[in-house]
Amino acid sequence: MTPGEDKTIPETRRETGDESREPNSSIPPSTLGARPSTVLTAPALTVRRLSVFFGDNQALKNTSLDIAARAVTAIIGPSGCGKSTFLRALNRMHELTPEARVKGEIRLFGEDIYARNVESVTVRRRIGMVFQKSNPFPTMSVVENVTVGLRLNGIHNRKLLAERTELSLRMAALWDEVKDRLHAPAISLSGGQQQRLCIARALAVQPEVLLMDEPASALDPLATAKIEDLILELKKDYTIVIVTHNMQQAARMSDYTAFFYLGELVEFGPTAKIFTSPSQKRTEDYVTGRFG
Amino acid sequence: METYFEMELDGLKQKLLLMASHAETAVNQSLQALIQRDSNLALRVKEDDRVIDQFEVEIDELVIQLLTKAPLASNLRLVTVAMKISQNLERVGDEAAKIAKRARDLAQEPPVKMTIDLPRMARMALDMLKSALDAFVNRDPAAARAIIPRDKEVDALNKQIHEVLARHMVAHPSTIGRCLNWMVACKSLERIADHAKNVAEEVVYLYEAQDIRHTGAKGPGAPAPAPGAERA
Repeated sequence: MTPGEDKTIPETRRETGDESREPNSSIPPSTLGARPSTVLTAPALTVRRLSVFFGDNQALKNTSLDIAARAVTAIIGPSGCGKSTFLRALNRMHELTPEARVKGEIRLFGEDIYARNVESVTVRRRIGMVFQKSNPFPTMSVVENVTVGLRLNGIHNRKLLAERTELSLRMAALWDEVKDRLHAPAISLSGGQQQRLCIARALAVQPEVLLMDEPASALDPLATAKIEDLILELKKDYTIVIVTHNMQQAARMSDYTAFFYLGELVEFGPTAKIFTSPSQKRTEDYVTGRFG
Repeated sequence: METYFEMELDGLKQKLLLMASHAETAVNQSLQALIQRDSNLALRVKEDDRVIDQFEVEIDELVIQLLTKAPLASNLRLVTVAMKISQNLERVGDEAAKIAKRARDLAQEPPVKMTIDLPRMARMALDMLKSALDAFVNRDPAAARAIIPRDKEVDALNKQIHEVLARHMVAHPSTIGRCLNWMVACKSLERIADHAKNVAEEVVYLYEAQDIRHTGAKGPGAPAPAPGAERA
């Protein structure tokens, strides 16, 4: 698709213009998010002055940060702080909400994911998502769930589908548990297995980034531990952004942590620092349980 | 299959054992420098103490990071015990550096003609330290408990040497300075045995979840001693 062929993206979804690329000198000093924090590895995603609105309500304010490649970045903050909004803006999921609009810029390895010639479907293939509640397609088998994205993308070669199924299930640490019941209904799996199936489904289309919205919050400790270990394994190949309410989980899994409050990015930095010596009082108060 | 967190705990253990090996080497070398009147070796022990100090800082940092991940039960005990063992090892390193300092001073002067059983005391203290660390590695709380009463033997030997040195100083006032150096070196060995005992107590806590400090308890389920009994 060439520039100007924008047929699918509603005009309202983005208000970005040249103003979003202005130098930092124009940033109000109170807006912490405007100055991106440095990350140790090259960023997979660069977010600049991102704001998200739902009608008149601004859910995310002028946020800038870099998401390191092949690392886990945790997004924490109390309910309503904008963390899920931020996550959804990273793969244009908010566009499914009619009143939602975005201002600012997000680049995936340098490419503007909101450019007029980029389709949201393409973005979501490159930036996959796993939700809080496992949501396998209930009428489909295990294998059909894994391959649904590929088939929707026009891949019907059986050998390729079988290869990709095994690979995705192995990467999701689920293969050994389901290899003998690939054609069983997906909903016959346990909650933890269903969540790993959803991760396998996201991996099957070979994304570059995986977004996870509280992927283990509905699971028991053992299933949670499996998901956490899986995420640590996956970061060798993928860039992972995870929203979590569990501080210890963020500490166990992530390399970087971003703390959001009232739609603002309050603090962003290496996880070890955020959880042992945060520089902002609001972060300190949140991670020590004084509010939120 | 080992989880990522278990791998991190293994990393902590490895670091602690590496620190322990540096501490043991420092004690051995300081004694060698003392007995063989080797100033250069003594100087090296003092310089190498910085390495042991750095291990303590790194282990503390690792422990704090691991604590943010909410370890529980035996994992929690391991993380907290690692911090305490590293603190004891750092002090073992300090005692070795003190012995090395006295070795350098003594090497500058003629030897004192007297008989003190310092090699035996050194063997006992070092053996306690090594056994405590072996008990940690081998997950052997019974072996750790067996170390604890040996501290009293080292204390007794220290007292005995102290008396010999005191008598020698009275009889030969010109050797007071040198005898005081020997006294300080002996006291450092006695402190090393104390630290070994502390490590042994932490090993018992790690593997049996029982705090035997200040109780004098020697075997599993042993009754607590009368109030006032203290850890040396």
